[in-house]
Amino acid sequence: MNEQIKIDFEKTFKTSGLSKTDIDLKKKFLDKFILNGFPNRKLENWKFSDINQIIHKNIGELSFFSDYSSSNKIDTSVFIDGLEHNKIVFINGRVEKIDFSFEDEDKIKLNEISETESKIQNFNSLIDLNNAFSDKIYKISIKKDYHLKKPLVIYHTTNNKIKSKSISIRLKFELDQNSSLRLIDYNYHQSEKNFINIFYDLELKKNSILKNYKIDNNHNKNIGYSFNNINQDENSVSENFILSSGSNFFKNEIYCNLNGSYSSAFVNGIISLLNDQQHEIRTSINHLVENTKSYQLIKSVLGKDSRAIYQGKIFVNSEAQKTDGYQLSKAILLDESSEFNAKPELEIYADDVKCSHGSASGSLDENSIFYLMSRGLNYQQSKELLINGFILDVIDKITDAEVKNLVKNMIGFKV
Amino acid sequence: MKEEFKMDTREKEIENLKDYKYGFSTDIENIKAPKGLNEDVIKFISNIKKEPKWMLEFRLNAFKRFKQLKEPNWQKPKYPKIDYQDLYYYSAPKSMKDKPKSLDELDPKLLETYKKLGIPLQEQARLNGIAVDAVFDSVSVATTFKEELTKQGIIFCSMSEAIQKHPDLVKKYLGSVIPTTDHFFATLNSAVFTDGSFVYIPEGVKCPMELSTYFRINASETGQFERTLIIADKGSYVSYLEGCTAPMRDENQLHAANVELIALDDAEIKYSTVQNWYPGDENGKGGIYNFVTKRGLCKGKNSKISWTQVETGSAITWKYPSCILKGDNSIGEFYSIAITNNYQKADTGTKMIHLGKNTKSKIISKGISAGHSDMTYRGLVDINSKAKNASNYTQCDSLLMGNKCGAHTIPYIKNKNFDSNIAHEATTSKISEEQLHYCQQRGLSSEEAVGLIVNGFCKEVLQQLPMEFAVEAQKLVGISLEGSVG
Repeated sequence: MNEQIKIDFEKTFKTSGLSKTDIDLKKKFLDKFILNGFPNRKLENWKFSDINQIIHKNIGELSFFSDYSSSNKIDTSVFIDGLEHNKIVFINGRVEKIDFSFEDEDKIKLNEISETESKIQNFNSLIDLNNAFSDKIYKISIKKDYHLKKPLVIYHTTNNKIKSKSISIRLKFELDQNSSLRLIDYNYHQSEKNFINIFYDLELKKNSILKNYKIDNNHNKNIGYSFNNINQDENSVSENFILSSGSNFFKNEIYCNLNGSYSSAFVNGIISLLNDQQHEIRTSINHLVENTKSYQLIKSVLGKDSRAIYQGKIFVNSEAQKTDGYQLSKAILLDESSEFNAKPELEIYADDVKCSHGSASGSLDENSIFYLMSRGLNYQQSKELLINGFILDVIDKITDAEVKNLVKNMIGFKV
Repeated sequence: MKEEFKMDTREKEIENLKDYKYGFSTDIENIKAPKGLNEDVIKFISNIKKEPKWMLEFRLNAFKRFKQLKEPNWQKPKYPKIDYQDLYYYSAPKSMKDKPKSLDELDPKLLETYKKLGIPLQEQARLNGIAVDAVFDSVSVATTFKEELTKQGIIFCSMSEAIQKHPDLVKKYLGSVIPTTDHFFATLNSAVFTDGSFVYIPEGVKCPMELSTYFRINASETGQFERTLIIADKGSYVSYLEGCTAPMRDENQLHAANVELIALDDAEIKYSTVQNWYPGDENGKGGIYNFVTKRGLCKGKNSKISWTQVETGSAITWKYPSCILKGDNSIGEFYSIAITNNYQKADTGTKMIHLGKNTKSKIISKGISAGHSDMTYRGLVDINSKAKNASNYTQCDSLLMGNKCGAHTIPYIKNKNFDSNIAHEATTSKISEEQLHYCQQRGLSSEEAVGLIVNGFCKEVLQQLPMEFAVEAQKLVGISLEGSVG
């Protein structure tokens, strides 16, 4: 792999307009990735999903070359119906369209930033890979006091021209004071056996509100990874919702620093899986100052041969008194072969805090099914009703009415 | 123990605490194996204990494996590197050469040590009806109440004696729960263990008394490697108590014991520990490293193993008493109180491995950290795909005192069976001002109030302890936290 990846790297950036310093920096990330390789189960954070093995088993040899010079045709049928929205369209990792036609032009700034400006922290080797191979980095800045009129949908799409490819996507968002953004990540893939690696850097200034909805609902045979690095200032709010269901493998990571007092972070997730799918949600919420709040609710419904993992961590610094942290993960196992693993973790260094977590997993309650059947539903209907009720709990946490309806529609609930 | 606690004033207790009250050591010339760890030392240990050949092979096998293993470092509390070649692996009180026939024949100095420890051997044996198998450093010195136990067919003796007298039982069960190929410290123990307790309860016998052992670390630079094996045959019951105190030393002393429990059909084992080893001084200097492997196997149907622990001592505690629930309908329980103060560190919890059908487990863990200490609950609940209808309930609560300490909860939950139910809950909080105010209003000092509230917090676990221990443990909880409220 190591020789091939270097060749792919040269090939990808041979004709790019990147400066030498940027390419040198990218090379450093590449060397780091080559040194560490894909994460495996020996690393604590990858204990339950060994991505090295998963890639090896499902894809085999990956090709890292990305052709950023030639454009792809946009398939408009992919676009979300019944919801007016701004859009950024990625096809096979290349930005094909940026459209903010609903918004005031001077309130949103969109610029390309260089690798050196992006100041990436050390996270893991997948982020190194992302940094090494991602194209131009777009930074989207929302100006002070501006609230986007329509949500921004980011389409992460692939077409059937690619196979066994590693795709790296990177975006940076900055929400200035009192601004707000509704951000929908929509995964739609017509390809199979690719590795899609998405990295977002999000900065929330004082009083800003970010609502991020990550949707992976279309069945496909790709392997996905998404990492949100969120930094929050005073009184800011981030709401993260994850619908994890479509890809063969998907790992969502939310890494959130609550740097300003009265800031709060919410992570709500649904994992709904079938045949051989394996999805993971891993969160790391760092309470660094006083009076911060975080809330997490993850629910999983697991069919035959599927596997879900939740690793949640609440970290409370010794200065972060009056922290309120809550974490709950629940799973329904529908089949003998389904599996649920959880690691809800608390790391607390302050004494005046309220932190708790809960985790429960089991099968559907036979008594409840009996209750419903005795009222005239058949077994299948009763089961569906119970599962829908279970999931609806999480959907109700979505604070945006439009998106809530959209998600309900996607899952198949009547609005 | 009782005498020590009868101090009339609290001041005295506090003073005792400042000078760790069990901090003394007796001058008994020790026979020591040469420093270091190699095959010769293992042969020396085996030879001096007059062990049969198979036992030596067991040790050498373990040592062979040990050489391939790396010291783990995933734990939360880090410690300075231990030089395993710089330790003595065997030391015995000299007067042990000719084993005494009765207590009167014991070295008076030894007896004195026990007295200071609060185990007046004769008295305790007579008054409390507890058979005490006291371990001084590495060799058992006296076993009382043997006769009464023998009548029932119960074997309660030191490990070395068991190897001589009951080789079949030892051969069959030793290493069956903690194999010689286990992790680093367990394997080290398998290679160099010196002594410990052996208990066998025959079929259908309910052990009439609580079996109890006091461990004591004495000689400086001697890692103590205890090995305990408890076997409860079909339909039997035993309750075993373990309590520890250790003298004050500057060097960190390593303690890597192995405890194996085996419960056959319908048997029940209750294992209680009160651990109050020297935790180091208020600046975190010295103290014992307690890296113990404790594992119980519910081998038979309807068997039950219950661990109860009160951990207040040691500079670093790193242990996970575990249950392997192999038999159908078997039950595993874990009740724990862990208190850390000053610079103490603890990484403790349990593992419940569900293999059989209808197996149940319950985990109640209470962690209290004060001062600059760090406390971690780390647990694993693993439900195998064959463990139909298994259930687990876990509750771990932490209490923090001050913002210089840490409390962490790291549970691993693996569910591979759709018929099973797992519930996990954890909370972290502090003692509320209202509660303190309420108690103080009624005339309690702030320390007494904290003691009272903490005891209430721990009640669920304390009530699992046998009477003899419960009283002691309750006091220990209060004493351990003294000076932590400001």
